[in-house]
Amino acid sequence: MRKDWDVIVIGAGPAGLAAAAAACDAGAGVCLVERESRPGGILKQCIHDGFGLVRYGEKLTGPEYAWRDIEAVRRRNIPIWTETFLLELQRAGDGFVLTMQNREQAVFQLTARALVAATGCRERTARQIFIHGQRPAGIYTAGTVQHMINIQGYLPGRRCVILGSGDIGLIMARRLVLEGARVEGVYEIKPEPSGLTRNLVQCLQDYNIPLHLSTTVTRVLGRERVEGVVVCPADENLRPLPDRGRIVPCDTLVLSVGLIPENDILEPLGVELNPRTGGPVVDQRLAANVPGLFSCGNALHVNDLVDYVSESGEIAGRAAAAYALGRTQPSNHAELVPEGDILYAVPGRLDLAAGGKAVIYLRANRTIGNARLTISAGDKTVLRKRYPVLRPPEMERIVLDLADLPAGAGAVKLSLRGEENG
Amino acid sequence: MAKELICIQCPQGCRLQVSGRGEGLKVRGNKCARGIAYAGKELTNPSRTLTTTVRTCFPDFPVLPVRTRGEVPLARIFACMEEINAVRVERRLRPGDVVLDRLAGTGVPLIATADMGEGKAVYH
Repeated sequence: MRKDWDVIVIGAGPAGLAAAAAACDAGAGVCLVERESRPGGILKQCIHDGFGLVRYGEKLTGPEYAWRDIEAVRRRNIPIWTETFLLELQRAGDGFVLTMQNREQAVFQLTARALVAATGCRERTARQIFIHGQRPAGIYTAGTVQHMINIQGYLPGRRCVILGSGDIGLIMARRLVLEGARVEGVYEIKPEPSGLTRNLVQCLQDYNIPLHLSTTVTRVLGRERVEGVVVCPADENLRPLPDRGRIVPCDTLVLSVGLIPENDILEPLGVELNPRTGGPVVDQRLAANVPGLFSCGNALHVNDLVDYVSESGEIAGRAAAAYALGRTQPSNHAELVPEGDILYAVPGRLDLAAGGKAVIYLRANRTIGNARLTISAGDKTVLRKRYPVLRPPEMERIVLDLADLPAGAGAVKLSLRGEENG
Repeated sequence: MAKELICIQCPQGCRLQVSGRGEGLKVRGNKCARGIAYAGKELTNPSRTLTTTVRTCFPDFPVLPVRTRGEVPLARIFACMEEINAVRVERRLRPGDVVLDRLAGTGVPLIATADMGEGKAVYH
């Protein structure tokens, strides 16, 4: 087995699979490292449909979408090291040394000129939100419930309460009902749901599952097993009103309270992270501040469509190959500065020397109507776009041609202004 | 009287105002043609693609993800689930392979959506 690679991709989910195929097509020697026993990442357990409308113009289930990428990687004979853990990442000379572990080879090392970190994200847990009570069995994240039902084939509870109205929570509400459990309700502390509108229809409305907005869970009851939860209305500052709490009997509490990009393994490299996204600060090639390190997919920022995860994988894979094969110019970075109603924008900087087109992903920080987006450098506006309405759960994608920027552009401003309650 | 519907054909979730029926169906608020077809169907016979799992006899792949090839009436979903829950897959299947020919009298086949591979997945 080859030990020295042009590009190593960490993680064989949709981002990593797309990155590996793109790096291979760009002429690089590339392999994938995956800690689970099968490639496909989180798509393996996302058995519902709705994936691939942008990339394939078809409505696929998660496993079908992943299968296309896995087949594409197999056709290129790109090796995938499954059940292989990355223990440590170090810089060495102008590349990286990866210390890994698996059953066949125990601890071993691989080296690479460029790395693509496609490590995905993890779920926020009960420990990261403020709930009182004992620690009985029956408290799970939505993704854990999804794994139990869709991969292992267990039903984790009979009577469930779902906290948080993220898409995975809505999808698991329907899934639990289909498998014979009762879902008492979905509780969301904010006044508006955080999942996609279509999921409110096809997951909750179709199955008469109640959605309680401006309401949260403040206490878990039960010692050995969850016996119920206390739910409370919350005021406009998202503070629970404890004197108006009531008990909802249940045996399972499912948490769908947010996702966090997983980049801990990159820390020893001195990677710069964006506190808003939790992912590395990158330029339009998805290159981080550490030379030769690229980031994509949900490790870069949490996406709502896998199609854009794949797109970012392709960008990172191509750029990593170009770097590894010595085809890149010294960079000349300009900051991309978000202003106004933007929650976050990726990338955080533009490499003017690399040029080309920059795919920019952004989210609004609140629901706004009649929104105007402008990109400007100095006093020149290079791109304008209008949106009738923008919601934080729905990511926007725009393409900026760097050739449109004036010569010697310093900072580039990305500005979004809209009206309340669009 | 216009009825409000939310189109579920793609993540955009267009808000549709629907009035009339059959030939006289009028739909507003849709950004593409799929919205019109969806509204017509939703008023007469709401249907969904059902995605779920079936049990298998393979310990390394205890449940197999499946979906209906086409939509089934929303009102028949639990009848479909009952039939699906009685199935046990005894061959290793790949995406598109038929698990059940005609699901719960709907005439719609149930197909596998995942590749069960050949035992433990080894790629190197």
